[in-house]
Amino acid sequence: MAIHTPPKNWLEERVAPEERVWLVLATLFAIVFLSAFMGLWHLTGRQTTHGQAYRVDPASFRQEVQAFAERYQVGELNGIPVVAPPPGEVYLMAQAFSWYPVLKLKKGETYRLRVASVDYPHGFSLYPHEWSIQLHPGYEWVYSFTPTKAGEYTLICNDYCGLGHHAMVGKILVEE
Amino acid sequence: MALPLERTCPATGLRLFSAAEALIKVNAVVAVVFLLLGFLWVVPSIMNRVLGPEVVSPQLYYQATFLHGWNMLIFWLLFFEVALLYFAASALLRTPLRFPGLAWGGFWLMLLGAVLINYLGVVSPSNFLPYTPYVPLQAPPLFYLAVILFAVGAILAVFVFFATLHRAWREKTYGATMPLGAFGALTAAILATTTLLSGAIAFIPTFLWSLGWLKVDPLWFRHTYWGFGHGAQQVNLAAMVTAWYLLALFTVGGTTPSERLSRIAFLLYLLGINLGSAHHLLTEPTGALSSAWTWVNTGYLIHVAVLGSLIHAFSVPAAIERGLRLKGFAQGLFGWLARAPWGNPGFSALVLSVILFGFLGGMSGVTMGSYDLNLKWHNTLAVVGHFKATVVEGTSLAFMGLTYYLLPLIFRRRLIWPRLAAWQPWLFGLGMGLLSLAMIRLGVVYGLPRRFGDTFQFGGSPFAFQYPPEVATLLAAMGIGGTLALLGGLLFVLLAVGTLLWGKPLTDEEIQKAYQVKAEEGHVTPKGVYLLALLFLAFFLIYYLYNHWFLSQAWFIGGR
Repeated sequence: MAIHTPPKNWLEERVAPEERVWLVLATLFAIVFLSAFMGLWHLTGRQTTHGQAYRVDPASFRQEVQAFAERYQVGELNGIPVVAPPPGEVYLMAQAFSWYPVLKLKKGETYRLRVASVDYPHGFSLYPHEWSIQLHPGYEWVYSFTPTKAGEYTLICNDYCGLGHHAMVGKILVEE
Repeated sequence: MALPLERTCPATGLRLFSAAEALIKVNAVVAVVFLLLGFLWVVPSIMNRVLGPEVVSPQLYYQATFLHGWNMLIFWLLFFEVALLYFAASALLRTPLRFPGLAWGGFWLMLLGAVLINYLGVVSPSNFLPYTPYVPLQAPPLFYLAVILFAVGAILAVFVFFATLHRAWREKTYGATMPLGAFGALTAAILATTTLLSGAIAFIPTFLWSLGWLKVDPLWFRHTYWGFGHGAQQVNLAAMVTAWYLLALFTVGGTTPSERLSRIAFLLYLLGINLGSAHHLLTEPTGALSSAWTWVNTGYLIHVAVLGSLIHAFSVPAAIERGLRLKGFAQGLFGWLARAPWGNPGFSALVLSVILFGFLGGMSGVTMGSYDLNLKWHNTLAVVGHFKATVVEGTSLAFMGLTYYLLPLIFRRRLIWPRLAAWQPWLFGLGMGLLSLAMIRLGVVYGLPRRFGDTFQFGGSPFAFQYPPEVATLLAAMGIGGTLALLGGLLFVLLAVGTLLWGKPLTDEEIQKAYQVKAEEGHVTPKGVYLLALLFLAFFLIYYLYNHWFLSQAWFIGGR
């Protein structure tokens, strides 16, 4: 018979020393190192996905964002209000195909971002590339962040949301 | 053409039953047809990226992405996997297929679903969704129905596999222990069952929603969808590793150094891999899934499956080394590698598949699946780079390697243009390798988004972002890699179809002479692979830590 079936005593066969060493190293790497490192980073790291999420009604979220924008508006950029809130809660709304409003923040201050989509799935992606997260209509993402570099940042959408997806661009300005 | 009820393969000694053989043939042929469609539909994407959105519109790009994705990732791979399942259940286990009528029914349902999805993608371009139809983006009801039809067809195929396996077990056709190839196929079939059930849970309510009868929550859909979407990739993984063990045996007579460990590794896939699909939800706004839940699933359970993959990462190359050393190429650490049959496209496809999957696909997958690193990877081109490295350089390349045996052994035709065929895996594998390397760097470092229809120009928006100049170089590398891979892929289709049409029919004697499969027996130490595996692990560790260092340079996000 030509094609291979295992030898009769395959269950009792000893694993060769090289492969035993490999097995120990692979277990240490996969089960011990990867899992521990990942957990420790999540608990102690300064860049984590740690945050909260809430169900939110898109219409009332839109109203909250608009009230926030009116309250702290300091200017306008390409037809979108520029908003300079004090450290604390800041709102951002994703809609097909724009980000609202433009946020003007201070380097080193800590903000609590409340971001949600009001229509389709969108992807929050901050350029030059700092981080990306996923948004869904009906849910808001709430997490704190601290800009560590000053400059002009661009927000793009990185989850397909319709034929204008690639033109969905916004701004976050960070001052010294 | 009338087939004899049963024949014995002159190369492998396997018994091929006519019903199974006919089903293997028809599923494999249809797989290659969808592969060709997938290749043709990537042409607009490449042209959009190279010539710009003025020449090939974003709309055509999104349409092409949809059709390329479904034809490649679903139809080509699943039809081929069904052929592999029937081969494992019937030929490897020496049993006639149970319920061949159901198997044919499954085939027609899958074909109907696949044709419908292609039809919809072509005729209603404003309704298509670029591959992933996340609620509330809505496709026509017929789309969801087509997905369900395809999935039901696949469930029938998996059922026939299990029924045949049961018959083989009851009639003890394979002796005390089933061959490793059948064990791997069984793993794939079990994973396919849970995957297809998740698909039903995701798509049946969505179908009703598209008719306006039901409300579907976007996050709920996303969760169940990925139980299907990533589950399908675990099937591809298990099928690929099975193909690797088969190819090691077919090309150089290599067998695993430890039957026990290889089987345990497949079991680890079953235990850990499906829950690991939770890594698709790492950056979701999801109050339903606590940190602890996510951590347990993507931290511990997926790493159980990673351990399985690391065991295979040693066993498969070790099988190749063992086969070659036992053939007498025992000089030094790597003498066997120098003397390997590099002119055999089945062999080079196997080696490239193992290396590219391990270094690019596996490593990037574990890294991006890490809880917080996902902030850098999520929805960027790096994700695409990862799955090109897994399902294209890994699974598809392994299936191409198997096809070089399918043609002479099942279709009994001599491969046309063997010299050109020897280059095919290199052209395809290295082209794809360059493409996915460039994609991973573009995604992680520069954050280039996936599925972006206007070549990263942001539709002329006044807020548009200017990428640094090195991005242009990486995009060029992506274009060159993609073009080479496309040529390699089309060459594969040409070789397969050409062989079916014009390949010289082979007699039993010729097959036995040219393709004799003989497992090399004996004890040798795979020293070369031992060294390579240790280097691989060291590189893996460095890559993982480097990614975390890179993340640490970002703004402070999600602090406590």
